[in-house]
Amino acid sequence: MTTDEARTTTRPSAAWRAQADVRTAASLAGRRRRDALMRIAIALSAALALIPLVLILGYLLVRGLGGLSLALLTALPKPVGEPGGGIANAIAGSLLLLGIAAVCGIPVGLLAGTYLAERPNGRLAAVVRFVADVLNGTPSIVVGIAVWAAVVRPMQRFSALAGGVALAVILAPLVARTTEQMLRLVPPTVREAALALGFTEWRTALRVIAPAAGPGIATGLLVALSRVAGETAPLLFTAFGNPYWSVSPSEPIAAVPLQIYTYALSPYDEWRAQAWAAALGLVGVVAVLTIAARAVARRPRVRTR
Amino acid sequence: MTGLGDRVWRGTTTLAALAIPASLGVISVVLLVGAWPTLRETGLALVLDRSWEPRSGAFGVAAALVGTLETSLLAVLIAAPLGIGTALYTVEFAPTGVSRVLATICDILAAIPSVVYGLWGAAILVPLVRTVVAPALQAVGGRTPFFAGPSYGAGILTAALLLALMILPFVTAVSREVIAAVPVAQREAALALGATRWEMLRDAVLPAAKTGIAGGIALALGRALGETMAVTMVIGNRHELSWSLLAPGYTLASLLANEFGEAASDAHLSALMAVALLLLLLVTLAVNAIARRLVRTVRAGLAAVEVTR
Repeated sequence: MTTDEARTTTRPSAAWRAQADVRTAASLAGRRRRDALMRIAIALSAALALIPLVLILGYLLVRGLGGLSLALLTALPKPVGEPGGGIANAIAGSLLLLGIAAVCGIPVGLLAGTYLAERPNGRLAAVVRFVADVLNGTPSIVVGIAVWAAVVRPMQRFSALAGGVALAVILAPLVARTTEQMLRLVPPTVREAALALGFTEWRTALRVIAPAAGPGIATGLLVALSRVAGETAPLLFTAFGNPYWSVSPSEPIAAVPLQIYTYALSPYDEWRAQAWAAALGLVGVVAVLTIAARAVARRPRVRTR
Repeated sequence: MTGLGDRVWRGTTTLAALAIPASLGVISVVLLVGAWPTLRETGLALVLDRSWEPRSGAFGVAAALVGTLETSLLAVLIAAPLGIGTALYTVEFAPTGVSRVLATICDILAAIPSVVYGLWGAAILVPLVRTVVAPALQAVGGRTPFFAGPSYGAGILTAALLLALMILPFVTAVSREVIAAVPVAQREAALALGATRWEMLRDAVLPAAKTGIAGGIALALGRALGETMAVTMVIGNRHELSWSLLAPGYTLASLLANEFGEAASDAHLSALMAVALLLLLLVTLAVNAIARRLVRTVRAGLAAVEVTR
């Protein structure tokens, strides 16, 4: 919001309130008291918000660490009642699903983001930007059902391919928007200088702009992938899940979030412990990437040499 | 004169850009085609009728629709004041170190997958509501219809509480960026005129930030409406229209998650596709369009949030 707008929105209410303060003869002591009260209220709301959120992280750590073991990463699920077992199939499945999603979704996202940054004011750009935002807000289960109808039903089977496609549909607009933002942080003068020196457009984009925006785009990609890695709803009716080892794109496949869902609602302690451990692992990956992204976002992006 | 390389380059990027509206187009068409039989046969009764009996062909999702709106609105009512308060605290009062830590915690929590919130909700929040929250509420307002009946732990209130926790980091992060973007000069002007800290916030900061905050809340509402896994795991999953917040209920998204895999008849499948379409419309039209318009003025701040989310 510009300062101009802020001023126009502020003035009437501020003046009105100031008058009200005079009318009610708000004493300095009264105003100070209210100030103190509101400070307490603000600090309290922060504390109140923080307690449950810290509790979530705390439970994740305590319960998750309890269930963590090497077997969890390397072993396959055991039948109910047998101790031990792991989620190696789900980890492999998640990696395959992410691989398919990355191959389908990232190029589209990167190139679409480039388009948005290069021609920011066109009509198509406005449409693409709006639709990308709409897709980013679309409930992921809706994407899952659409992909079921478009891919699973014609192929007459659940498959890793369908799951990967569902994740790609979610990934592409996410990548497009972050890429656009990262590219636009590169000063336009850099692009103009390259063009003025006789670089073609595509060489400017790939050799001049992309390296400058590279770290930002890369972290954007990682964050987008980590967000997609936790998606469960779009996989329910596409990847479907699989209790056995499979890395075939045309078979139903396990995924870590699906496994957490199944295990969390199971009546077996062993499975629930594994769900906590898997959740801790998933959140650990997400947290590391988020912190890394914050660090990169804070650093200045274009170094002047 | 554009060279071949540039024409190929422009063509490729344009094609990629077109792929994004195309994917939304495919999603809408596929859902519309799948839902068509239901839309033709059931029509408006889909949202008006409250009986959902797939075997006898009654497809009314009024209960799930009400459940969706009820849980989401309640979640926003809980999360919005807490989130704005937390943002004010982080930006205005907390020492730099503390506010850094708070911001990082918020970003991590905003990135936690829904199914993990569901796991926590089912294991910790459901028993907590059954043994502590519900009895406390019944002691206070047991005579009102809102807290009537027994609590099984899982229900509308539990889902709303969990949703509130899930959108809280997002509301906080957006509010934080928007509040931090209010020019320092404006704060200093208020303070120079003799305003207390609170008066400065009330008269100089919040009015300037309110559009952005409202946009963030609308986006949070959109997320709550479409939230699937966590809600499915704690809401009780029952087609029931009750005044009581303690009663089990249903949402559109959890209806899809639970029944789509087991739908036996074509009519049932088609009805569920219609539900998916309804959910898409609800979230997209009601929330995203408004929210995006609202937050356009503070896009820079929001962009920062989305990138680091």
